[in-house]
Amino acid sequence: MHEVGIMEQLLAIATEHAHKEGASCIHTIKARVGDLSGVVPEALAFAFDVTAKGTIAEAASFEIERVPAQCYCTTCQQLFQPSTWIHECPHCHEMSHDIRQGKELELISLEIS
Amino acid sequence: MCENCGCANSTGNVHLHTHNAPHLSQPRQVEVQEAILAKNDHLADHLRQKFHQQGILTLNLLSSPGSGKTSLIERTLTDLGLDFSIAVVVGDLETDNDAQRLRGKGASVVQITTGSVCHLEANMVETALAQMNLDGVQLLFIENVGNLVCPAAYDLGESARVVLLSATEGEDKPLKYPTLFKTADVVVLSKMDIAEAVGFDRELAMENVKKIAPQAEILELSARSNLRLGNASIQSRTGLESWYDYLQQRYQMISSKKTSLEAIKPTSEMIFSTLK
Ligand SMILES: Nc1nc2c(ncn2[C@@H]2O[C@H](COP(=O)(O)OP(=O)(O)OP(=O)(O)O)[C@@H](O)[C@H]2O)c(=O)[nH]1
Ligand SMILES: [Zn+2]
Ligand SMILES: [Zn+2]
Ligand SMILES: [Zn+2]
Ligand SMILES: [Zn+2]
Repeated sequence: MHEVGIMEQLLAIATEHAHKEGASCIHTIKARVGDLSGVVPEALAFAFDVTAKGTIAEAASFEIERVPAQCYCTTCQQLFQPSTWIHECPHCHEMSHDIRQGKELELISLEIS
Repeated sequence: MCENCGCANSTGNVHLHTHNAPHLSQPRQVEVQEAILAKNDHLADHLRQKFHQQGILTLNLLSSPGSGKTSLIERTLTDLGLDFSIAVVVGDLETDNDAQRLRGKGASVVQITTGSVCHLEANMVETALAQMNLDGVQLLFIENVGNLVCPAAYDLGESARVVLLSATEGEDKPLKYPTLFKTADVVVLSKMDIAEAVGFDRELAMENVKKIAPQAEILELSARSNLRLGNASIQSRTGLESWYDYLQQRYQMISSKKTSLEAIKPTSEMIFSTLK
């Protein structure tokens, strides 16, 4: 369960930005979580409920934008969307290790006042 | 000085902002677009740069609890301890048993006891290294906390990730825990001396590793015996010898100084680094 640790980092960044902007309350937090990031969105949402208590983000709504995996096949020179962790090109069946999307773990934006 | 941000001091990487905007009461949107683990990644980059400058090959060893990380490091110390100056950082939830096992084998060892934290982070490694004299060190092993999930996302500044899969834990581990295997530079099939006894299907394990981690080099070995694996001709290298070959090769790359920092980045860097 490293989602709590990830959430602590996220809240630290969010709080720093809020302070920088002179805000005293965070209303909304938008995060981006890739399907290959190793972070389970449900666990992250749960971690938010636990970790945000007593902070200026306590009452915030926490929104997750999921990003599906996308790989590039060097042989076919085209992108494909794998449906599992086995990143086999659907056209030539070669294994790809060129991940173009899906590893995101980012804080997108905040709504503050 | 930091390449990314120009900061003079890497310690802690506290990039403080001081300006104070006036307080506004109307809710407003602020774009952040920041990687959540940016701080860790930043510090890891600093560490990697330092290892590169000092010609230290740093390996991050990861596996389930008990797959044989400490045993492999112990054995490597016994066999390579005279040729290489080796240092070890060991992470465990509790106890310094692993560190005690490794001391007295000629390596400098620092234990990180993480308490409830289930993985190592770059700042823990930095703190541990501050207690260690790295002068002349050529190989640095970082034994991560035994855990196949959480350590995957944390860059420690290593130049390669070594993931162990022991014969006793089943061939389907890569399929069950793909996140970590995806980031491996090397997958070591460990405890191969007892593979037959426990009915470990070596072919199937290899197939599964290749499905999840096509980029990884696969080695098979036993920390306990000089097992000759693969095509078992007398001339072929033992599993341990192949492991030492790998270390030598990687070390040459780093110590030759001709290799750029870019070229010694681990696979995981390519995987977990979108926004930095
Ligand atoms: N037969 C056999 N047993 C091994 C081998 N390597 C390790 N073991 C045994 O497996 C057990 C666990 O090994 P460790 O080296 O402590 O494993 P670890 O990955 O460091 O464990 P944690 O630090 O707890 O995650 C010990 O009893 C070792 O003696 C091997 O190559 N062959
Ligand atoms: Zn965990
Ligand atoms: Zn293809
Ligand atoms: Zn910096
Ligand atoms: Zn150990």
